[in-house]
Amino acid sequence: MRKITWSIVAVVVALFISAGIAQASTKDEVQKRGYLQCGVSTGLPGFSNPDEKGHWTGLDVDVCKAIAAATLGDATKIKYVPLNAKERFTALQSGEIDALVRGTTWTLTRDSSLGLNFTGVNYYDGQGFLVSKKMGVKSALELDGAAVCIQGGTTTELNLADYFKENKMEYKPVVFDTHDATAKAFDNGRCDVLTSDQSQLYGLRTHLTKPEDAVVLPEVISKEPLGPVVRQGDDAWFNIVKWTLNAMIEAEEMGVTQANVDEMKNSNNPGVRRLLGLDGIGGKGLGLNDDWAYQIIKQVGNYGEAFERNVGMSSPLKIERGLNALWSKGGIMYAPPLR
Amino acid sequence: MSNIKKQFWWNNSQHRALFFQVLLVAMLVGFFWFIGSNTLTNLNNRGISTGFGFLSQVSGFGIIQHLVPFDETYTFGRTFLVGLLNTLIVSAVGVVFATIIGVVVGIARLSNNWLIAKLATVYIEIFRNIPLLLQMFFWYFAVLRTLPAPKQSWSAGDVVFLNIRGLYLPEPVFGPHFNYVFWCIGLAIVATLFISRWAKRRQDLTGKQFKTKTVGMGLIIGLPAIVFFLVDASLSWNMPALKGFNFQGGITVIPEFTALATALSIYTGAFIAEVVRSGILSVNSGQTEAASSLGLHKSRVLKLVVIPQAMRVIIPQLTSQYLNLVKNSSLATAIGYPDLVAVFAGTTLNQTGQAIEVIAMTMGVYLFISLLISGFMNWYNKKMLLVER
Repeated sequence: MRKITWSIVAVVVALFISAGIAQASTKDEVQKRGYLQCGVSTGLPGFSNPDEKGHWTGLDVDVCKAIAAATLGDATKIKYVPLNAKERFTALQSGEIDALVRGTTWTLTRDSSLGLNFTGVNYYDGQGFLVSKKMGVKSALELDGAAVCIQGGTTTELNLADYFKENKMEYKPVVFDTHDATAKAFDNGRCDVLTSDQSQLYGLRTHLTKPEDAVVLPEVISKEPLGPVVRQGDDAWFNIVKWTLNAMIEAEEMGVTQANVDEMKNSNNPGVRRLLGLDGIGGKGLGLNDDWAYQIIKQVGNYGEAFERNVGMSSPLKIERGLNALWSKGGIMYAPPLR
Repeated sequence: MSNIKKQFWWNNSQHRALFFQVLLVAMLVGFFWFIGSNTLTNLNNRGISTGFGFLSQVSGFGIIQHLVPFDETYTFGRTFLVGLLNTLIVSAVGVVFATIIGVVVGIARLSNNWLIAKLATVYIEIFRNIPLLLQMFFWYFAVLRTLPAPKQSWSAGDVVFLNIRGLYLPEPVFGPHFNYVFWCIGLAIVATLFISRWAKRRQDLTGKQFKTKTVGMGLIIGLPAIVFFLVDASLSWNMPALKGFNFQGGITVIPEFTALATALSIYTGAFIAEVVRSGILSVNSGQTEAASSLGLHKSRVLKLVVIPQAMRVIIPQLTSQYLNLVKNSSLATAIGYPDLVAVFAGTTLNQTGQAIEVIAMTMGVYLFISLLISGFMNWYNKKMLLVER
């Protein structure tokens, strides 16, 4: 609460004093400061979660690292700012963070009226339900009258209302601030159902006392395209964040991995040579070094690698690629050409 | 005449003072106008929506506890009202119980009985010195989680049910003629007030006592009861019943409310106990001894001599405690109770993104409630002041 209050004070103060003064470019600020301030969640396995040594890991965190690798040439120069759902937009608006990579759903309201821009989608998600096996429920349509634990300030809260209304069912929303409190209340039996984006449900399930007793229902009730967000009005920075993600996806498509990126420098494939900044425009348009994409792949890896490592089959979450596979492999992950 | 220098207006100290006052006011107005217009311009430049138009947009989310009708088709303006009422009810319940606990424990700590005095001391020292947030977590996550699941609910005569999802009570459903009964209750209360004033005057004049309490209770209970049978007002009960996963119907007291109200009452009660104790100790022991020597019973010494004098010390401090309680209720959001901060400055702020408007409204409300309590307590304090003759 204190944090959000201070962020709001910061917004107001920033708005007061910035009259007429042109906004300094975020890229220049980050490079001058020497590190990136990246907004992440307060702890969500697979997406942004500190490990036992206190290092942040996850799919969202890898995007932060990629942005740092592209702009600063060093993927470790990041200050992570953990934010709950309610604090996140204010933190970005006030300049407390440079980019928000926190499983944020891209919607019209957020894109058009908060002074923010979404730069793309790094995970296609949908809202689902987690229930206790004991309940014997097979479908979300049997949930009439259920008490539902939910995290406040999310699109999930709105989808839930829509879904139950559409299906003429009643529900009792119990709203918490953090993923942790939500999962704890579900664990205690305060609610019959925990609802969130499906990817998060798998992550939250690992936090329960008996994860095997809970099951994710098959229904997906919404589209949740999750992506990085930046402030509106700084197109140069918007481009950098947008193309950072595109480069990761393009690299997977080209078959360029963290392991073979140096070898690939000798490739004759014109697409690969353009990606690695050997031919073509390189980093000139973005105002970065020509090897910006090379640094991303070398230090962080391509999108497929990040996915596998954090949420895919080599992680505890074991989520299928599904929609998040490349467009050429049955998914909808698609990057415009890097040329 | 001619040798007097011409008087300019700034040679007059009164005029000068007035001039500076006006200048200061103009500067202040200018400053706030500048801040306001500057903020608006900047919000506009950054593409952040402004204005209070969002209050009439459809909210699209549900709230578990609402004292006025609410569902996802109501507006954001309505979420403000729902949140405000939730804050007010938990504060009101907290104030009442904190006062009861505080008075009882405060007097107990001064008791001559060693055990009672020590128990009161232990209570005060424990609950006063643990942060409120931790106490809330304790009640919510530790104590209330031991309650059974809905299917194994504890019940009292199949009318009242208690489980981890809440306390379920039967809800009275008033028949069409029932408003007569409410009118009678109001009438009886007004009549009792008049009787008590008349009785007090008579006692002051003649020394004769009148059993106001008995008569008043008789009026307040008896009159509506007679009318109830006369007009054949029907009263039925909407019973809670287990349907599907949860109890439906009746009145539900959600565990978030219970945990918050309990934590607030017990925490603030400990402070009020100390306030009460300090108030009683401030009354010179000679007063008690004098009253006892007049042959007054111990309870009457407390009621007629000690408490009226102690109140002068107690009330100003009690005001601060009430104000603290109301403001502390905003911690609700940590345990999922839908108060003003959780619903309005939380979800509504997030869905609309209009931080400045929402926070300004929320701050305004807390300021208004606090000033209202302050005003009332100051009025009460004036009333209780020692009347010097």
